[in-house]
Formats: sequence, C-alpha cells, structure tokens
Amino acid sequence: MTPERRRFLGWGAAAAAGAAAVTTLAPGLRLVELARARSPDEAASALQRWGLLIDTAKCSDCDACVSACREENGWTGHDRPATDAQWIRKVSLRDRRSGFAQTLPLMCQHCEHPPCVDVCPTGASFRRADGIVLVDKHICIGCRYCVMACPFGARSFVHEPTTGQKPDVPRGKGTVESCTLCVQRVDRGERPACVEACNRDGHGAMAFGDLNNAAGDLGRRLRSEPSSALRADLKLNPGVRYQSL
Amino acid sequence: MARIEYREIEGRSAGFFGLLGVLALFIAAGLAAAWAMEHRGHVITGMTNRIVWGAPHVFAVFLIIAASGALNVASVASVFGRELYKPLARLSGLVAVALLAGGLSVLVLDLGRPERLIVAMTHYNFKSIFAWNIFLYTGFFAVVTLYLWTMFERRMNGYTPRAGLLAFLWRLVLTTGTGSIFGFLVAREPYNSALLAPLFVVMSFSFGTAAFVLVLMAACRWSGRPLGDALLARLGTLLGIFVAAVMYFVTVHHLTNLYIAREFDLERFLLWEGGVYTALFWIGQVLVGGVVPLALIFAVRTRAALAGAAACVIAGGFAQVAVIIIGGQAYPQDIFPGKEVSSSFFDGVVASYAPSLPEIALGAGGVALAAALVVLGLKLLPFLPSSLDQAEPAEA
Repeated sequence: MTPERRRFLGWGAAAAAGAAAVTTLAPGLRLVELARARSPDEAASALQRWGLLIDTAKCSDCDACVSACREENGWTGHDRPATDAQWIRKVSLRDRRSGFAQTLPLMCQHCEHPPCVDVCPTGASFRRADGIVLVDKHICIGCRYCVMACPFGARSFVHEPTTGQKPDVPRGKGTVESCTLCVQRVDRGERPACVEACNRDGHGAMAFGDLNNAAGDLGRRLRSEPSSALRADLKLNPGVRYQSL
Repeated sequence: MARIEYREIEGRSAGFFGLLGVLALFIAAGLAAAWAMEHRGHVITGMTNRIVWGAPHVFAVFLIIAASGALNVASVASVFGRELYKPLARLSGLVAVALLAGGLSVLVLDLGRPERLIVAMTHYNFKSIFAWNIFLYTGFFAVVTLYLWTMFERRMNGYTPRAGLLAFLWRLVLTTGTGSIFGFLVAREPYNSALLAPLFVVMSFSFGTAAFVLVLMAACRWSGRPLGDALLARLGTLLGIFVAAVMYFVTVHHLTNLYIAREFDLERFLLWEGGVYTALFWIGQVLVGGVVPLALIFAVRTRAALAGAAACVIAGGFAQVAVIIIGGQAYPQDIFPGKEVSSSFFDGVVASYAPSLPEIALGAGGVALAAALVVLGLKLLPFLPSSLDQAEPAEA
C-alpha cells in the first residue's frame, strides 16, 4: 500500500467516525434519522409514530384498499359477512340533516391510548413503540374483551379454521385480529398495502407516514391542512386522521 | 343457644341418582358443545363480530353474580349476627362456590382458545379489569373455603365472624369487578357507567338469594327435613327487598339516560323499538323479574308463592343479563355522530343474534355443574341441618 493510499484511507475512516459521532447522540438515538428499513433484529423505536391520513373527499366508491389488504394479509372470507374477518371496510356516511353523502375506509385507528390494550387480560393486545397496535397470537386466549372495548369496531374474531396463511401474517382460529398497518411491509421500509393500492389507482386518498416527523409529507400536511380524529371525545389520540369529514 | 345438628343427606334413593344422572347428561352435553365450538370454531354459535359475547356469557355472568349473592345468607348470619340464618350459613357457602364453579366453567370453555387458560394464569395485564377478576374469582374460592372450614371445624368456630367478614367484603369487590367489566367500556353507550358496579352488586343479592331459596326448599323437601315457615318468610322478605333494590337501580339508570339528549336513541331502542330486547326488558326483566315476584312475596305470602317468586327472579335475572350483554352489543356504536352509517360490517344497524344449540348446551351445562356440585356436597359433608323447623330464636 502506498503512503498516499494509506493516508487517504486514514482520512476516510476518520471522517466516517466523525459523521457517526455527530449524528449518534446515544445508542439508538440519532440526530439525523437514516432513511432506511429496520433490520429484523432491531426493535421498533418511539422516535417514529406511524400513521395514516385519509382524505375522504378523494375517496371514491371503489374498494381497492380493502382488496389490497385482503390480498396482502390473507384474510379471505367464507362468504359469511357476520363472522368473516374484516381488517378494513368501506363505510358509507350520509349526514342526517343535510343528506351529504361520503364514503371512507375504516380500520384500526392505532390509538396512542388504545382501549383494546387496556382491557386485554393477558397483554396479548399491545402497542409497539412506533405506535402500531397489534395482537400477539401466542398469548391471545380469545376472550374478545378487546372487541367489546374498541370504539371503532375494528377488530374481528377468527370464527373458523384458517387456510392459506401468508408467512408474514400469522392468523389463528379462536384469536382476535385487526389491521396491523401492514407491519411486515413497514418493517421493510414499504407503505401499507391499502395506501399503495389507493395511490396506484390514482385516487390518492390515503397517505402513510411518520406523525413525529414534522418535516415529512404527512407531518407537513397535518400542520397545514385541517384534519380530525374519529371519536375525538374519547381522547385516544389515534394514529389515523381523516380530512373532509 | 341450642346446638345445631348437621347431617349429610342419605343419597341412596332412586331420586338422588336420577337427579345426578340428569345433571350428568346436561354436563356431558355442555362439554360436547365446548368441544365442537373449539374444533369447528365459533362459527357454529350465533355469535358474530358484532355480538361477540352471546348466550354463554349470559349464563356465565348470571351464575357468577348469583354465586356472590348466594353468600348473603351466610353474611347475614356471621357479619350481621342474625342467629336465625346461622343454620343456613354452610349451605350458603356451598351454593356460592358451586355457582361460581359453574359460571367460570362456561366462561372458560367459551374462550376462543380455552386450552390457553394457563396463559391467562401466567400473563397478566394489571390494567385490565378482566385480569383483576381472575384473582377475584380464584380468591373467592379460597376465601369461602376458609370460611366454610371455620364453620365446620369446631376449634375454628371463633374465627367464623372474621372469615365471614372477609368473604362478605371479597364478594362485594368481586361483583363490583364483574359490573365494571361492562362499566369500564367507555366506547359503548349502553355500558360506560359507574352505576353498573352497584347495579351488579344488588343484582347479585337478588339472584343469589333466589337461587339459594330454591336450593334450600328442594334440599329440605327431597331429604324429608322440616323447614320452618318463619325462616322462609324472613328469606322471602329479604328477597323482596333485593328485587326492589334492583328495580330502583334500573330505574335510575334509565332515567339518567332519558335526561341526556345524546342517549335518547339508546333509550328508544332499549325501551321502545328494540324488538326482542325491548320485550326481554319489559316482559322478562320488569314484569317476570320484578313485579310478579314482589306481588308473590308481599301479597300472596305462601310457601309456593315464595318458590314461584324465586323462580321468577331467576328467569327475570337471565332476561336482565341478556338485555345488558346482548342488547348492549346489538345497539350500534356511534362512531360517526349525526350520520347514517352503512357498511359490510353492519355498521349503523342493530345487530341480529340468535343463540345456537351449542351455546345453550354449554350454558345449561354450567347450571347443571353448579347443581351437581351442590347435590354431591350435600351428600359428602354435613352442610344441611337435620331440621330447620324452628321458632324465631329470642336473640334474632
């Protein structure tokens, strides 16, 4: 190795170490977040709070979000709507006084203070550090108290044996499930399937992002445009926000 | 005070084995239903994603709160010092434990994953009222067993009042906990009220006393033991007061809702337009469970009338629990105030529910289990006095 080359490598290493020192305040806490997917062994971080912004004015009569979710997460039904799982559903609204009609997708609202997590006797319902509310299928005993507690009817009980499950999305008869915000995709640095489908179809009614990142797309829109939470009176601070509602 | 002589029932007659045989059939049917529900999934029940708690929960909650109330008679004897009831204290403890065992069996066997009961025993979320109830229920067995021991073991008799007080306080907390399972459901209008906890406490007094009266009358009649009119008249009055107290709490609950504009629709549903739930409320809960027993107890005042009143309280009690649990879920959640709502999830409409045979079999199996435990308890240990045909003691 020539002296020049050795000096060059030395400077390079020093610069890399310096950059790491400046951006890393403490283990796991960086001044500048790196735009990358988490590795599988890295824990979810409270630095992010994943959420959705849904503009009902752009939401049409289609159900691309529902189909995409079903496809991604494998919750195919048995043509029994009362007992089939529904992780996301299209809801039609009509104002009682004015008659104004709207439609919107409704799913787990990924609350900051989720009632489903409060009431779960075993802790199977839990909230990840990054705000995603999930069910641990290994310790869910199927008591359905979380279904009783959810203000949004967002949870389903698996009433029948499941077949054709997706490797990333375990499901089980006798346990409760709901929208996971496509946690398997989020952990790979991708957007949830519903958001992907809505934007692919050109509607652009659904946006996904980090509610904690004021500089991000979602943060900027939430700061500059009006939005609202469902059942805001309950003060659950949901991670899903709606516009034009 | 004369010593009370307790004796096991003989338990060798054809009637005894016939009764146990019938109860065993019901228990077997309940177990078969539970097996089918676990094997094929809850799709074979009438429960859905809108009505997630159905008939099994009506049976389970009824039995659990009746268990707490069945201890009334023992409490009145040990805690409030009424000597008249003292001979009944052991039976009161037995009925309480048996009803709780029946109710919990139904609750556990209805779980989506009943084989994970061990998980519920090893993983706790202490913010969950359900998790507290696991301790309250298991603790109730322990406390009542201790209480019974102090009554059975002569050396421990001196501790009976203290054990009785502990059991009394424990079951008040237990029923408060059961009521709070619903009272803490902030997002559902029919629940979400602190009133549900005391309502469940008085419901437990009423249902438990009714169950106890029927067990007592049947046990004395079938084992040929005398049962005094004075004692039954007192029990009848006690039951009447509890029935009236339940009606009072129910009235206050509905009046409160009727005063609040936001709850008009809910009350219109429960009291007027709710179809089967309105019928269950007015005919089952109010008429059969309230008006008729009060008339039988206070106007007719015969032994048969008391038995009829107790049976009516139990029937009305089932109706009341069904209105609370199933009617409360059938009423749609108000996610979008001021909007008419429709979806594939049946948002905005009253959910329909019809209990299926396996659910009823499971619930009836729980009732049969409770009854069988009482029958076996009476045969194995001296729970029942030889005679209850006493005049009112002077110290009562």
